[in-house]
Amino acid sequence: MTLPDLECTGLTKRFGTATAVDAVSFDVPPGSFFSILGPSGCGKTTIMRVIAGFLDPDAGDILIRGRSILNTPPNKRPVNMVFQHLALFPMMTIAENIGYGLRRQGMAKAEIARKVDAALDRIGLPGIGARKIDELSGGQKQRVAIARCMVLEPDVLLLDEPLGALDLKLRERMKVELKEMQAAFDTTFVYITHDQSEALVMSDRIAVMNQGRFEQMGTGRELYYRPETAFVAGFVGDTNRWHGRIERVEGDALQLVTDSGLTLRGARHGRALSPGGRAEIFVRPEAIRLTRSAGELAHFDNRMSGRVTALLFNGAASRVLVQAGREEIEVNLPQSGEFADLARGAEVHIGWAGDQGNCFAGTP
Amino acid sequence: MIPTIPQPRLLTAAYTAYVVTFFVFLALPLVVVAVFAFNDSQFPSLPWEGFTWGWFFGEERPVIGVFHERPILRAIGTSAFVAVCVSILSVGVGLSNAFLFNRYRFPGQGILYVFMLLPLVIPGIVLGISILVFSSRIANGAWDIAEWDIEALRPGLTLVILGQFSFIATISTLVIAARLQKFDRSLEEAALNLGASRLTAVRTVTLPYLAPAMIGAFVVAFLMSFENFNTTLMLVGSDAPLTIAMFDRLKEGSTPLLNAVSLLLMLGSSLLALVMIAFQRRG
Amino acid sequence: MKAEARIGLILLLTPLLLWLSLLIVIPHIDMFLVSLRERVGVGEYRISPANYLTFLTEPLYLRTFARTAIMAMLATLITLLIAFPVSYYIAKMARGRTRSALFLLCLVPFWVSELVRTFGWMILLRETGLISTLLQWAGLADQPVEMLYNDAAIMVGLVYTSMLFMVVPLVTTLESLPDEVIEAGYDLGGTNVSVMREIVIPHATPGIVSGCIVVFMLSLGNYLTPTMLGGKDSLWFTELIYSQFIVRFNWELGAAFGFLLLLLSSLIVWGMLRLTGHTLERTMG
Repeated sequence: MTLPDLECTGLTKRFGTATAVDAVSFDVPPGSFFSILGPSGCGKTTIMRVIAGFLDPDAGDILIRGRSILNTPPNKRPVNMVFQHLALFPMMTIAENIGYGLRRQGMAKAEIARKVDAALDRIGLPGIGARKIDELSGGQKQRVAIARCMVLEPDVLLLDEPLGALDLKLRERMKVELKEMQAAFDTTFVYITHDQSEALVMSDRIAVMNQGRFEQMGTGRELYYRPETAFVAGFVGDTNRWHGRIERVEGDALQLVTDSGLTLRGARHGRALSPGGRAEIFVRPEAIRLTRSAGELAHFDNRMSGRVTALLFNGAASRVLVQAGREEIEVNLPQSGEFADLARGAEVHIGWAGDQGNCFAGTP
Repeated sequence: MIPTIPQPRLLTAAYTAYVVTFFVFLALPLVVVAVFAFNDSQFPSLPWEGFTWGWFFGEERPVIGVFHERPILRAIGTSAFVAVCVSILSVGVGLSNAFLFNRYRFPGQGILYVFMLLPLVIPGIVLGISILVFSSRIANGAWDIAEWDIEALRPGLTLVILGQFSFIATISTLVIAARLQKFDRSLEEAALNLGASRLTAVRTVTLPYLAPAMIGAFVVAFLMSFENFNTTLMLVGSDAPLTIAMFDRLKEGSTPLLNAVSLLLMLGSSLLALVMIAFQRRG
Repeated sequence: MKAEARIGLILLLTPLLLWLSLLIVIPHIDMFLVSLRERVGVGEYRISPANYLTFLTEPLYLRTFARTAIMAMLATLITLLIAFPVSYYIAKMARGRTRSALFLLCLVPFWVSELVRTFGWMILLRETGLISTLLQWAGLADQPVEMLYNDAAIMVGLVYTSMLFMVVPLVTTLESLPDEVIEAGYDLGGTNVSVMREIVIPHATPGIVSGCIVVFMLSLGNYLTPTMLGGKDSLWFTELIYSQFIVRFNWELGAAFGFLLLLLSSLIVWGMLRLTGHTLERTMG
């Protein structure tokens, strides 16, 4: 078995009494794209800064290709970082920026020039080395910042939400571009973000982080379809969410009454839930079928009718809000034309399979 | 080096020690001046002859305190008068300049802006003599032609005020312009949209926004005028502002009376500066 | 332009033009004209470069001029060297409240008159002063030491007096350098020295330039510090100007001296701006 490029064991970092990173362990196999996804303040930036060497961990170890780097100062670590605001040096040209790390290694000038040109070719910006940083567009800056690290051939490249400052369109394009660059350089990327779509689109594996701990680690598909905690279920992807009390449990299936009085069937997917306990149930909008007649829903074990309170048109991701009892339920609106004339106030029927209702133990 | 980059302990310690030394260097002369204001001796120097309030409140020779020393009190009054005049003039002109450079585009604006900055790079003493030469020549001319004696153009408080104003106006312009630059024009447009006239919009929206900067500029102008020496030295007449009066005394030899005046100056200007900071915070 | 706007422009332009023309431009032109006059009789003058020739032929004047220029440059350099680490500490090492407190502490001495500051140094440095007494007490000197009235004392006074004008622009520019950029420098393999040389100092150049310009100008035009702290041999050029005007009543020569001082300071300021490719507007405004 090959050694992982990056391995963290029991990593802990406290600030005063607050624990920013709480005994986090993970490893990243060579050449893979690993993301840490979490809301702001969850401790993901702290992990990144600990790995880069800008913070000392209180406990735990960091291994790069099997060797601990804890006692290596940041300027000697075989990891490089793409900063949130990129941190390109405004006082230097693009070529000087990319060549900066090579100059630090004492490389010969001609060699540096050659490598810088090669890097510029690779990121699709040949011949712009003499220009100033502020002449670049947002996406180009991004690429230069990555090239600046990649010429040093680091074992691991850390990326700290580098797409955060870009506008939406560009961000979409850069997601694809980043993934392609990672494949081209064949380097291990560790990427942190609070944007689930960035993590889902680019990563081989994702760790969802909350309050200093990893909630779940897995592929995007696993996180989306088989969340292991209520936090992951709520954080990754859009979802309907209700609190309630469990009435019955039959094998993996269960029945629950929400606080607003809606009776729903769900699944516990092996989690320990027993009748009488509080629970949370998550149902994705796309798991819910929308029809005009109740008959089509006969095979679903959750069926109800309601009134459309709002149409949220958003192309393929269009939704409707359906008022059923005292609950408002978000339901995907199929763009097949069948519902083209759907209007506010219309009576509709909705239904979904019981195993689409992911249940977790809830707080009382 | 920044705190997040680990450094050898010795280096960090040496650096901290350097910074501490610097602040000692900064504080030393002022502390010394303050302490010797309380020395019960004719000289502001060692040996320490015991603590006294005499240099503040003493009424009889040889120890006459600040509060009974007429010439010094008069000089403080003169300085305050000059400083208030300079501040009012500077803030007024500064406000006008700030609006001019911020709101209008006209030919020659760039050149005019450079000219506006020039007083900052002209040595104060040169400013003083140029104004002295010019005003005296006009005064002489007026006398030769019409036997008209223009007292204001002879060395005296008017010239001192004009001389100080000539460069302090640049500073107040910069202070006010910096804040006006940050002003969101759409606030004014909103006022116009809600029915205000252009002048009313400026008066009710823009000026209140600028108030902290105007107060700041006023205090800075006041302090700069109060402590100005070079320009004042060349233009002063018979009424000497405080710095000149103290300078004349210092040349003759110093007594702790000067320390006492200095301590009061320090307290006064610190107080003013704190007031200004409090206003900046609120704005 | 609408009529209303035109009136506004004229109203705002008037004070600016009055100020600049009556107090700055015309007086300086006038001073230059006076410096070109030579007195040939009572109340009779003619245009001649005589005053400038006097300056060039009198060794004392030339020497004082050169000495003042060199010492002002030296004072600027020393101020920069002392202020830079302190400014860096305030801007990049200190955090939050400490930073504001330190910055405020830097400003405090400059809220009081230069006269008070100079007076403080006199009390410290003179023969009967604090440092001399301390040295004797410590056994490092067996008799009072006079540290006043020499060039070193002037230098101390000038550096002290100018410190603020170096610290403020340096702190301002250094603060605008994001920590991230410095971290990137280290992350890519930089050392303290290389990060300082390639990233921090280039970034701080505008602050260095504006600080140096102001400090140089203030040192060059200083009258108080050299007069009070300097000795008989350490004459400052401003003292020559003062004595021509106030003591000797030779305004023509005094005006020439004033013009030369102005010329020197303008040349050096211009040179510094040229050297670093900055403009006065960006550096001062």
